[in-house]
Amino acid sequence: MSDLPPYPPLDPTTYDLIIVGTGVSESILSAAASSSGTSVLHLDPNPFYGSHSASLSLPDLTSFLHSNSLSPPPPPPSDTPDFLSVDLATRSLYSSVEIATFDSSILDERHSRKFNVDLCGPRVLFCADESINLMLKSGSNNYVEFKSVDASFVGDSSGELRSVPDSRAAIFKDKSLGLMEKKQLMKFFKLVQAHLAAAAASSTESDEGAVKIAEEDMESPFVDFLAKMPLPPKIKSIILYGIAMVDYDQDNVEACGDLLKTREGIARLALYITSIGRFSNALGALIYPIYGQGELPQAFCRRAAVKGCIYVLRMPITALLLDKASELIVVETGGYKGVRLATGQEIFSQKLILDPCITVGSESMSSLTDQQKETLRVLVPKSISSEGKIARGICIIRGSVKADISNALVVYPPKSLFPEQLAAIRVLQLGSGLAVCPADMHVLYFSTVCENDDQGKAALLSAMSTLIKPQVPENLQSDSAVENDTAEAAKPVVLWRALYVQAMVKGEFGGSISSAASPDGNLSYNELVESAVKLYEQLMGSEELFKEETSPDNTTEEENDGGVEIEA
Amino acid sequence: MHGRPRKAYKPEEEAASAAKAAKLRGLQSQFMANHHNKIYTKEAVDLSTKLLEINPEAYTAWNYRKLAVEDKLSGIESDPDLVKTILDEELRVVESALKQNFKSYGAWHHRKWVLSKGNSSVGNELRLLDNFQKLDTRNFHAWNYRRFVVELTKRSEQDELEYTDDMIGSDFSNYSAWHNRSVLLSSLLARKADGFLPNKKIPDEYKLVQNAIFTDEDDQSGWFYHLWLLDQTVNVETPLLTSSWPSHSSRISLYAGCSKGSFSKLTTFGSESGSFPLVLYFDQAVGGVSSSTVTIDSELKGNEDLVWEPVSKKNSQVSCVWVARLKYISSEPCFGKEYKVKVRVGNSPGIVSSRGCNFSASYEFVFTAHVHDTVEESSQDGIVSWKDGFDIWDAESKDLNALATLDRSNAQMDSKWRQEAIAEEIDLFRELPDSKIGKLTLARLLMAKAMISDDAVKGVHYNEILELYKDLMALDSSHYQYYKDEHSVALLRKVTSSTEDLSGHLFRCRNMNNSVCLRLNNLSLSRIASVEKLLFVQMLDLSHNELHSTEGLEAMQLLSCLNLSHNRIRSFSSLDSLRHLKQLRVLDVSHNHIGEHSVDTTRYLCSSPLSNSEWPQDEVGSQMPSLVTKYWDAYFVLRDLNLKQLDITGNVIAGDEFSSFVLQVAPKLVWLDGKKLEI
Repeated sequence: MSDLPPYPPLDPTTYDLIIVGTGVSESILSAAASSSGTSVLHLDPNPFYGSHSASLSLPDLTSFLHSNSLSPPPPPPSDTPDFLSVDLATRSLYSSVEIATFDSSILDERHSRKFNVDLCGPRVLFCADESINLMLKSGSNNYVEFKSVDASFVGDSSGELRSVPDSRAAIFKDKSLGLMEKKQLMKFFKLVQAHLAAAAASSTESDEGAVKIAEEDMESPFVDFLAKMPLPPKIKSIILYGIAMVDYDQDNVEACGDLLKTREGIARLALYITSIGRFSNALGALIYPIYGQGELPQAFCRRAAVKGCIYVLRMPITALLLDKASELIVVETGGYKGVRLATGQEIFSQKLILDPCITVGSESMSSLTDQQKETLRVLVPKSISSEGKIARGICIIRGSVKADISNALVVYPPKSLFPEQLAAIRVLQLGSGLAVCPADMHVLYFSTVCENDDQGKAALLSAMSTLIKPQVPENLQSDSAVENDTAEAAKPVVLWRALYVQAMVKGEFGGSISSAASPDGNLSYNELVESAVKLYEQLMGSEELFKEETSPDNTTEEENDGGVEIEA
Repeated sequence: MHGRPRKAYKPEEEAASAAKAAKLRGLQSQFMANHHNKIYTKEAVDLSTKLLEINPEAYTAWNYRKLAVEDKLSGIESDPDLVKTILDEELRVVESALKQNFKSYGAWHHRKWVLSKGNSSVGNELRLLDNFQKLDTRNFHAWNYRRFVVELTKRSEQDELEYTDDMIGSDFSNYSAWHNRSVLLSSLLARKADGFLPNKKIPDEYKLVQNAIFTDEDDQSGWFYHLWLLDQTVNVETPLLTSSWPSHSSRISLYAGCSKGSFSKLTTFGSESGSFPLVLYFDQAVGGVSSSTVTIDSELKGNEDLVWEPVSKKNSQVSCVWVARLKYISSEPCFGKEYKVKVRVGNSPGIVSSRGCNFSASYEFVFTAHVHDTVEESSQDGIVSWKDGFDIWDAESKDLNALATLDRSNAQMDSKWRQEAIAEEIDLFRELPDSKIGKLTLARLLMAKAMISDDAVKGVHYNEILELYKDLMALDSSHYQYYKDEHSVALLRKVTSSTEDLSGHLFRCRNMNNSVCLRLNNLSLSRIASVEKLLFVQMLDLSHNELHSTEGLEAMQLLSCLNLSHNRIRSFSSLDSLRHLKQLRVLDVSHNHIGEHSVDTTRYLCSSPLSNSEWPQDEVGSQMPSLVTKYWDAYFVLRDLNLKQLDITGNVIAGDEFSSFVLQVAPKLVWLDGKKLEI
């Protein structure tokens, strides 16, 4: 990034909206704003689309995780006569980055183009979730193709993976549940479905006779409601962590960071249930974009470009431009005028949305007036601890964690691996069918929310050692390892591994200058999309996203190769 | 395809469909003109294609295409490539028609017709079916066609069974898949294919269907399969001899002439005709019982060429019950002698069940017949009264032991796995409370267990079964009659399950020389069952029950007195089975509902005057044609009986007109409605 190619100056130089960073939130905002007729300039300092949601080759991923920790090159010293310039800083979202290569052939030239590794993994989409709806609404679904995640499992320290009985057919086929357990679980699902049907009916016509979950139950903790059903602990755990995708231990109220209410729990089950069977080719509830999650921001960006948005990659911004004369400040803009690009060019806009890692140093703030400080409020870094952290891990493995299954989700509920395990650990295995790695390998993504780096990484390492054969030199193998030799022998071998901790930054509306959200610790994009929608409404004044039906009719029947094409 | 609500059409949709209809009518009339003029040009055939792609239900168009294909083929039969092109085009048309309407009978039939021409490749058919069956997994047209293709391609039944695994796995609410599974398994088990032994495979199938039932007990398809499995567990393919009269090692006393009722001992029999019925009761309908398949070895003269008759509806040559009449009074005097009679059933092959299985285990039984020379005769024509005067039967139960039916274990049935499978199911379903189908299945399982297990603990189960059916009657009024019938069957099985139980229902009739009477009155029976254990009965009281029909009684060939008063008999056709009872002299059908309903639903099930060719020649029929036409169902029953006493009061049909009719039809009648007739 230091040696920028010579860019011609941008023309025009004034826009309604400038967006910096091409992560999922920024891309949705850009596509939405462009299709409503707003003129948008969309910049990204990186040479690729996606920012923190990108999918990269192994060397690119490595350098992104590391380089982002460094400060950007100092901005060219320039002072404009008309504006007050505030220098910008970049903070890294990543800490404790640790990358290990166990098989150097993996970095060979022949492999390098075959990897599309996600920065924000593990992540999937629910077939019925809001991100899919947005894609359909915006028409960006035409640029992405998906495939099903074949199976999901709940694991424990024994290494056994039990499939999640998430549908009627799955309950029927499940081998580990007893007959009475099947009956109880199905009865519960039926109750949820009857409740949802009744809720849907009563929204149109007030029908009181239908089966519904009592209102007082809806406000009680979901875990209590499950116990009341009554569901045995084994099934409770599957529903909470394998289907509702809860992070923290729901049985431990004090330590639980996200005690789920029944209302929210039912909503998550509803999402899961309605996801199954939404698209004819999707087997289960979950799908994953072919070529990686990086395809999603790109799809929205393409949509935005079609609608007139201008894209410039490899283009950092170095400074914000504010009105000099504080008494002349227009109330709507709060004094914000524009940005200065790394090329030195000054570009102006009404509004600005910035990548979550762009901040203003406190030294730059000191000379500003209170009103200017208020305008830049969202760029002041908050203490990371207040927003939370996510430990992420990536392993490239040879073999699969489960025979005959390529794409699978594995969840380790709290305390399932070791007694101190605070939160659920989610693992997503993806294969070459999704064009994310070479044919004989799989990519494994790990994540867990954590309070500090060490705790998070320890949890991930524990999950890794349960699923993957540890890289121990052969002469050091102890006797204890011999007894479960066959189990160990069947485990996949790790070739490459990355561990890092990502800070979570929430999106924030700040009048003329807003900050987009970083990827969160969830499995889906739901919260991210929600925050993008909210930010858009605040920016545009409660205007609906993708109001006009833009999906073009190119429903051409292609020969199907097992991919899932999402269509409205 | 399932569970989609019907929506009302919008005006613009209605307009569109009207336009479509007009276009279709145009096509249709053009096509019909072509068809009538036998025009098979390319344009004409293309027109039919167009029609069928819009409306695959146009059956005439499919037939027209068949004619067109035949016409084209007749010209070019020597060229296989051309034939293939023609047939492939037909397959293509069918495929696009099916895309339009997946449930078009005509399209599927046309496809079968094309394939049966033999020239086309069938390899694509399974692939096409897979696609169609993915779209609608339960479509029975596709499943039917699938069986056709499988047969054509000689695809293995094991592969097809795996296919049902997949289909059931992805959605077990699929009758078609379960049904196909039962068809395939039946075939594989019957031909003992590798790895398909009933004692291994059936328990596995129970496991599979348990998963379906416990996952969603509201889904019916699993229950149906369970019922089929239970049937496979309980019923044996090969027919077995269940019981006989006289029974093995029994000693019977035979008298010349007939007592008016029955005899004071259970084992005594008399008849004017000088012959006694030899009754064989099989567990399923069989054919082929004859003097060569069943041999009799005895000194009783004149029985060399016995005639075996099925006790069943006219013209049917299969029946559970077969009877032959053995003479014991022949020209030369043989009174006061004892004769051993040896009966060998299945002496030579030929007894075959209606399903085509051979009676394989030949079985031999022996009894002794003591022929007496005198008859203790009292008032020959005295009236038989069912009113009081019954004493508890006091004979030693050894008298009854001789009546015990054949043990099914005689037939070397591999019953161990069956008992285990059913016992496991019973334990499981006792845990499925409160559901109707769960209760019903448990009752069926308990009944099955009673049928195939030893006698020891039967009583307990019968009481549980009776309770379950009582619950069901209260819970599910719409199927009340079914539960009632099953309750009756269980109750009769309980009554006949042991000699102790049975002797509690045996009485002596004081007014009738202490003859033995089986009284099953006041039990609210709606159906007759367990007749195989009651072959010895000569006097039977079924009064004050809820019987609709006498079906089943035909096996009781010794029956001479029958009380059916205070039941729910609605017509004489419901008494049709009594025609087989040659010994019946006394019949009480008073206080029933005969004649109450002008439309009799059972009428269609039995012989009617329209189907009867002997009708016009009949003497009585020609004497009083109007009455016979009016009471034809009574006529057919009474004509074949040899009644001396009949009670008909308390029925709508009773009256002077009917009485005069009865006197004509039953000339030997002495007592009618309690009054002695003047002869």
